Amino acid sequence: MQIKRFGFFAFLLAFSISRLAFASDDHEAHGDHDEPADKGIKEQIEEVKDHHLKDSHSFHLWGDHANGTSVEFPLPVILWDGELHFFRSSEFHHNENQVVESKGSYFRLYHSKIYKTDAEGTIHYDEEHHATNERPLDFSITKTVFSTILVGLLMLWLFGSVAKRYKKDLVPRGIAKFMEPLVILVRDDIARPNIGEKDYKRFMPYLLTVFFFIWIANLIGQTPLGINITGNIAVTLGLALITFFITQFSGKKDYWAHIFWMPGVPYLMRVVLMPIELLGLFVKPFSLMIRLYANILAGHVVIMSIIGLIFVFGAWGAKGAFFGLTFFLSIIELLVAFLQAYIFTMLSALYFGSAVEEHDEHH
Amino acid sequence: MEIPAIVGAGLIVIGAGMGIGRIGGSAMEAIARQPEASGKIQTAMIIAAALIEGIGFAALFAV
Repeated sequence: MQIKRFGFFAFLLAFSISRLAFASDDHEAHGDHDEPADKGIKEQIEEVKDHHLKDSHSFHLWGDHANGTSVEFPLPVILWDGELHFFRSSEFHHNENQVVESKGSYFRLYHSKIYKTDAEGTIHYDEEHHATNERPLDFSITKTVFSTILVGLLMLWLFGSVAKRYKKDLVPRGIAKFMEPLVILVRDDIARPNIGEKDYKRFMPYLLTVFFFIWIANLIGQTPLGINITGNIAVTLGLALITFFITQFSGKKDYWAHIFWMPGVPYLMRVVLMPIELLGLFVKPFSLMIRLYANILAGHVVIMSIIGLIFVFGAWGAKGAFFGLTFFLSIIELLVAFLQAYIFTMLSALYFGSAVEEHDEHH
Repeated sequence: MEIPAIVGAGLIVIGAGMGIGRIGGSAMEAIARQPEASGKIQTAMIIAAALIEGIGFAALFAV
């Protein structure tokens, strides 16, 4: 037991060190430009941070494009502007000035977004220096899309193998032994008390999927790969919308009665309550979206900033202190990763519960 | 003199922090009184804290 516990902490420590190694790689690579090493370190940190938090068209692992030490792999770019364009993101050569020609149209990256340009790649600006070029519909497999698919495949493999185990023998072994308490947690702590004994089974597939998807996506975001799935507002919007639609489509008579014509209150109050309840309908998924997105994004920003501070301070004592802080925050983030998955699932279950609830007596 | 929006966001975050602090404190007391109900209290505590946290984030994003 002691050895196991020690092993866990050794693993965490190794994790923080590996993260640091990746960050320092980025840092050194950027330092190789013709500017002096200590000039503009804050800008460099800012750049690395931005690069990590934003979605991109290629999967960058480490190194720098400028001196050819970059290790990364290209992802497909899929564009639609009346016809389908399909090419590899490596054709941009990480150069925002590179113009890619496809079926007679020209495309160019500008601030990580793809714009349609002429053959010279001219970008037109409005007064506020925003690009006014036409943007094609971007269906590219970006870094976030790619890692989301990766998480999906991981879950298929994980739960496929767990399900196969249970077909052979009802006693959980191997990975199933680890998954069973988590599945039971979702069932007994989240679904049953919030939805009710009668209806909870219908919602279990969604609750389990969303719980494990968010949890695994959060954990993958903690690896040094630089993936940021749940810290992307489009992803959390998608998750919140699914919860919203399931709630509305499973809403029973009592649920709609409580929104449009609240029973048991004076008539005047019913008229006042209707718009408030209608607003609440949309505030619920909105807060789900913002909560998950902001928590994960904030976590990533804090950790990247603390790692950046290691490079800002020269003294070894300060470096050690900030390394310790990185280690400590990483542990906190592991807790947050679980907690956010739990809260998202819990609140989804709460909303489903209110949708299927049947009131016997009227208050 | 115009007060910057970030001051308002700061005030909301202070309020949210106090709110979550009160929830945590009350939950601790409740668990001390009734340790056998700790599971239910924790669940209710997390939900209430999450709802307040949502307001805090909304304030930060409004800035």
